[in-house]
Amino acid sequence: METIKHVINTLFAPQYLVTLVIIGLFLFYRYRRVVTQNKLVAYSILAAPVVFFAVSTLDPNFWVQFKRPDNVPIAGMMLLVLFFTWLALKKAVQNDDRIRDGRPVAEAEPEEEEKVFIWPDLVYTELICLLLVSILLTVWSIVIPAPLEEPANPQLTPNPSKAPWYFLGLQEILVYFDPWLAGVVIPTFIVIGLMAIPYIDTNPKGNGYYTFEERRSEILLFQFGFIVLWVTLIVLGTFLRGPNWNFFGPFETWDPHKVEALKNVNLSDYYYYWLLDQPKPEAPPDADVITQLWAIFRREFVGIFLVLGYFLALPPALVIFSKFFRKMFIKMGFMRYMVMTFLLLSMGLFPIKMIARWTVNLKYFISIPEWLLNF
Amino acid sequence: MAEADAPRATATGKTEGETTRREFLERIPWVTTAWMALTVAVGGALTASLRFLYPNVLYEPPQQFKIGFPTDFQTGVVSTALKDRFGVWIIRNNEGFYALITVCTHLGCTPNWLATENKFKCPCHGSGFYRSGINFEGPAPRPLERAAISLAEDGQILVDKSQKFLFERGGWDDPASFLSFTA
Repeated sequence: METIKHVINTLFAPQYLVTLVIIGLFLFYRYRRVVTQNKLVAYSILAAPVVFFAVSTLDPNFWVQFKRPDNVPIAGMMLLVLFFTWLALKKAVQNDDRIRDGRPVAEAEPEEEEKVFIWPDLVYTELICLLLVSILLTVWSIVIPAPLEEPANPQLTPNPSKAPWYFLGLQEILVYFDPWLAGVVIPTFIVIGLMAIPYIDTNPKGNGYYTFEERRSEILLFQFGFIVLWVTLIVLGTFLRGPNWNFFGPFETWDPHKVEALKNVNLSDYYYYWLLDQPKPEAPPDADVITQLWAIFRREFVGIFLVLGYFLALPPALVIFSKFFRKMFIKMGFMRYMVMTFLLLSMGLFPIKMIARWTVNLKYFISIPEWLLNF
Repeated sequence: MAEADAPRATATGKTEGETTRREFLERIPWVTTAWMALTVAVGGALTASLRFLYPNVLYEPPQQFKIGFPTDFQTGVVSTALKDRFGVWIIRNNEGFYALITVCTHLGCTPNWLATENKFKCPCHGSGFYRSGINFEGPAPRPLERAAISLAEDGQILVDKSQKFLFERGGWDDPASFLSFTA
């Protein structure tokens, strides 16, 4: 039993967890027919987390975190996200079969075209939902009271200090990026990127009906952003981040004195100390601004070229080397293609930076603390 | 029928529904009073709202304070006794004293001193700082800030938080950021 717990604790380390979620997501869509049409497989996938929670609650360390009033809805959210992802995929697979056979999609069947009255059909349904949800919330708030704490003290930060659950993904990103990036630029990009979707993706397929095969890359991309970069990070922040913002496996005690070797290393450190084994270029302290800037540039040039190359050289390179992106480029035109790839690459930067931090303790690609510019 | 809809001239020469010059002049004081009252009310409400933005009592610990005699502090120990009252850690080493401000340079939470691990650790995003204040783990982009520290005339240590010394600007080389004391 202890061995199993230890293995699970290890697998929940973020570098494995995120990798496993990405692989799982890929397999889920790759074997979508088995997942949705084989009853045994479908029920096992849907029941697996319930069984996992039920068995795990026997472990005292898991139970302590699981029963926290803040965490109960997150466990529920995990189940709901899984169920609705599965349900949408099931309907998509059915429609894909219909489309292949040349039949209309399920949503276009004559019985779906029938209309019902707002009153009483819709209003009655709404009333019943309203009553049920009110009862649920009332009972919930009585059974599990809100976790009120002592009065706020500016000199005493709770340990760990967690954002509201819907911001835990952003709080997690704050660990890996500079505050102005993670706190200002990235949230702005998320909002602008979501607003830009209808202008970037003008494909009318999938409007009003479920499908996977007609919208393969779009659905996978969105699910990567939603499941991996949003839901997984919320779950990670809720259940796996403990005192001093250290990682703890689901069966681990939240020990505030857990020691972890997390010493940060910048890319320039790797380049100069590890690869070249020489000190970093440095300007004399009384040098003029140009000399200092030149020294900073020589110190950070690897990271600067990497980041610039990532954002500027990769989009045209993709057009040249990838058939898929070439088709996109021809279809979208220069401007829309560049906006799309910029948003796409920004999104891709999250897992790259996070996995680099978890595996080689990389802090910044470009580190210019003199000018508060860190990337 | 069309004539009935047209404005009808009356005996006084004014059309119905129209204001005479006399009526207009008679109304002026009332309208003026009403507008003045409205201006006063809106202005008062705005002023009161703006006033509300500033607290009646501002609790702010003094920026300059005496923390006791140098001999009150042990060498090699990070003193957390003043954290609650003044928001500083006092560290004494073999050469003397320095005062670190208890604000994480990442997003301003208050880190904890972990004596067994010999580091400051922030509970919000996991930034870690050495005893010197240098950041070495987690997301904090720069070291903790130091406050001015000196000896007052009565022999007590005087800390001045209004003067801050930033490592990345070379501030820690400033003699005011360090109090030499060997005894």
